[in-house]
Amino acid sequence: MALTGIQIFKLTPKKNCKECGCPTCMAFSMKVASGALKIEQCPHMSEDAIAQLSEATAPPMKTIKIGCGDGEFTLGGETVLFRHEKTFVSKPRYAVSLCTGMDEATVDAKLAEIPKVDYERIGERMYAELVYVNCMENSDADTYAALVKKAAGLGRTLILGVSDPDKAKAALAVCKDAKPVLNGANASNYEAMNAIAKEAGVVLGVSGKDLNEIYDTVAALEKAGNKNLIIDVTGEDIKSTFANAVLVRRAAIKDQDRTFGYPSIVNLVKLAKGDYQLQVALASIFTMKYGSIIVMQQMTYAEALPLYGLRQNVYTDPQKPMKVEPGIYKLNGADENSLVVTTVDFALTYFVVNGELERSGVPINFVINDAGGLSVLTSWAAGKFSGTSISTFIKENVEPKVSCRKLVIPGKVAVLKGDLEAKLPGWEIIVGPREAVQLVKFLKSM
Amino acid sequence: MPFNQKPQKFNAKINTVKIGTGDKAIEIGGESSFPFYSFDAPVPVTQKVGIEITDGGLEAMPECIRAYYDGASSMGDIARKAASFEGVDFLALLLDGGDPNGANKSTEELIAIVKEVAEAVDLPLVVEGCKNVEKDAELLPKVAEALQGRNVLVMSEKEENYKAIGAAAGLAYDQIVGAESAVDINLAKQLNVITTQLGVNGAKVVMNVGTAAVGYGYEYVVSTMDRIKGAALGQNDNMLQMPIITPVASETWGVKEASASEADMPEWGPVEERGIDMEVSTAAADLAAGSDAVILRHPKSVETISRLIQALA
Repeated sequence: MALTGIQIFKLTPKKNCKECGCPTCMAFSMKVASGALKIEQCPHMSEDAIAQLSEATAPPMKTIKIGCGDGEFTLGGETVLFRHEKTFVSKPRYAVSLCTGMDEATVDAKLAEIPKVDYERIGERMYAELVYVNCMENSDADTYAALVKKAAGLGRTLILGVSDPDKAKAALAVCKDAKPVLNGANASNYEAMNAIAKEAGVVLGVSGKDLNEIYDTVAALEKAGNKNLIIDVTGEDIKSTFANAVLVRRAAIKDQDRTFGYPSIVNLVKLAKGDYQLQVALASIFTMKYGSIIVMQQMTYAEALPLYGLRQNVYTDPQKPMKVEPGIYKLNGADENSLVVTTVDFALTYFVVNGELERSGVPINFVINDAGGLSVLTSWAAGKFSGTSISTFIKENVEPKVSCRKLVIPGKVAVLKGDLEAKLPGWEIIVGPREAVQLVKFLKSM
Repeated sequence: MPFNQKPQKFNAKINTVKIGTGDKAIEIGGESSFPFYSFDAPVPVTQKVGIEITDGGLEAMPECIRAYYDGASSMGDIARKAASFEGVDFLALLLDGGDPNGANKSTEELIAIVKEVAEAVDLPLVVEGCKNVEKDAELLPKVAEALQGRNVLVMSEKEENYKAIGAAAGLAYDQIVGAESAVDINLAKQLNVITTQLGVNGAKVVMNVGTAAVGYGYEYVVSTMDRIKGAALGQNDNMLQMPIITPVASETWGVKEASASEADMPEWGPVEERGIDMEVSTAAADLAAGSDAVILRHPKSVETISRLIQALA
C-alpha cells in the first residue's frame, strides 16, 4: 500500500537539515510519496525506517529477470489488472516444451523446428524465446542433464521443470551461467531447492497442489531470504489454472498481497493434452489474463501468427500509438510503374488499408511516411500529414525509385489535393475513397 | 497462514437474453462477474457459439471449410449441415451478398434464402446484414417480418439506420435487436440509449461492439470490452448491461495469415491450420474480454471454442 506524505513524515528525523535538497522534512516526505525522490536520499533515516518504507513503497508485483545477454527477459512488474487503467509492461514469453520422456528423434525434430519461426512484425522480433525442459520422475540425473545440455545448445533461455534436488543440481551444472529458471520448488522440497537456486543464482519456480499451499511455500521462501521467484499456477485442470492465474495476480495488484506479487508460469502441455487448437485457445486466454511464461507443446507459424499478434496488441501502451516503419511497401507484385497510394503510419490504419489493397489484386506502391502514428484526420489536424510532409517524402524517397506519377490520397484529406499538385509538379493527385472498405471497388474501376 | 482469497462481488448483472424458441432456444448473458471468473460468483449461463453461413453458399467459403459441407447443394442443405456440427448453439446467416458494392442481390432474393434457411433448421437464428447501412435499412426489417415468431436476433442495427431496423425488429415484429458499434464504449452506449428511446425493450437488445482479428488493432477491442463490463457491473450502468455477441469469422478469414496460400507463403505451412488458429485465438480472446457469444465459420473452431467454454464453466 502506498504511504501518504504524512505517514512518511512521521518516520523522518524531522530535523529540517536540508541535506536531501528539500527545504523541510515535510517537503521531502511529500516528494517521496509522489515517487519523485527515494527515501534513501535522506542521510539521517534509520535503517528500520528505511526497511519499513521500502517495503511499503515497493511496487505490488516484483520485476524478475531471467536469462542473460540476448536471452534476458523481464517478467512481472505490472501495476494494473486491465490495460486501459495504465498499461501492461512485461509481455508474456512463450516456451516450447521438451521432456525426458521423448525419444531422441522427437527431441531433435523439436529442436530443429523451434528456430524456424523467427520473423519481424511491426518492429518486434517474434520467436519462441524460451525452452522448457521437463524431467519425468523416473528419469535419472544423467539423462536429464544430457537433455538440458542439448537444449541449451539452441541458445534459448531454459526453464528447468524438475523437482528432485539432485537432478536439479546436475542440470544446473551444465547451464547455470545462462541463468535459466529452476521450476520445481514445492511444499516438500523448498529448502533444498532454495539452496540450489541461490547457489546457482537463478530464479526459482514455486508450485503446489492449491493456492494455499503455494502461498505458504512462497512465504517460507521469502522468510528464508529468497524473493527471486516465479509462481507456477498450473493446476489440475483448465478451470483451476485460470482461477489461479487470476487470483494470484489480483491478490498482488488489487489487494496488495505481496506474497503473490510474482510473475506466473502456465504449463499448457498439462492442460491441452495434445489438442493443438485448444492449446491456441488457452494460450490466447493466458496471454490476455496473467500468464508471464506460457509453456506450449509446439510453436509453428499457425500458432505464432495469431498469438504474437495478440500479444503485441495487448502489450502496447495505450498512451503511445502503434506505428509502422515509413517506406514503400510493394503490394501484389508492384514495380516502378505501379500506382502510388499513401496513408498515415498509424498501425491500425495501415493494416486496414493494406488488407483492402491486397484484396484488390492491383499492383500498388504503398507509401507510408511519418505522420506521428495518428489516424488520417488527427494527423492532418496536427499538421503531421500535410502537403509539405507528403510531398517532401515523395520527392526524397519515391521519385528516385518509382516512375509512375499517379498518387492516391485518402478521401478524408481531399483538401490536400490542390496543395500537393502545386508541390509535386508532374504528379496526378487522385482523391481516394473516404473508407478503406471502398478501396477495392475504387481501384478496380480506375 | 492460508491465502486470503477475496472475491470480487458486484451488485449488478448483465441482462439475460433468450434467442430462438422451443427446446433449442438459448440464453446469453446473465453473469455478475468478469468472464470465466466463476470463483467470484456463480455463472448462470455459459457463453454460446454460433456457426456462420452466408447467402453466397458454398462458393463463398474458403476451400478448407467447403470440404465440411460435402454433399450440400441448396441453402437449406448447408444450413442443416452447419447445424449438425459439434458444439453449435446457434446458426448465423450473413447476408453480405446484398451489398450494392458487391453482388448486390435484391431484397426479395435474400429473403427467399432467409426463409429457406429458417425452415431447414430449428436452431436459434442470428441474421447479419451486408454492411451497407441503406441496404440493411431496407433488408433487415423484411427479415424481421419474414421470421416473425422465431425470436431471432437481427444484427447490424447501427446509428445510421437504427430507426428502421430497431423499430422493425424490436417493436413491430418482436425480435431481438443486435446493436452494432465500432469498438468504442461511448458509441456502444449511445446506440443503446437511442434504441431504447425508440421504445425497444433494453432487455431485448444484444450488442455487437465490434472486433478485429488478433494483431489488427485488437487492443481497442480488449479495452472496449473490459471497460463495458467494468461499467456494466461496477457502476451498474444499465445502458451497458446488454450481452455482447461478436462476429469473429468475418474479421479473421480475410486477413493474410488466414488466407495467403501455402504456395505464396511456404514457410507458414497449411492454410487451413492458420485459418482455424486465427479464428480460435481471436474468439478465445473475445470471450476472455467479455463476449457472451461468438460467431465462427470453421467447424473445428466451433468445436474447440465450445470445449474451451465447457472447460472453464
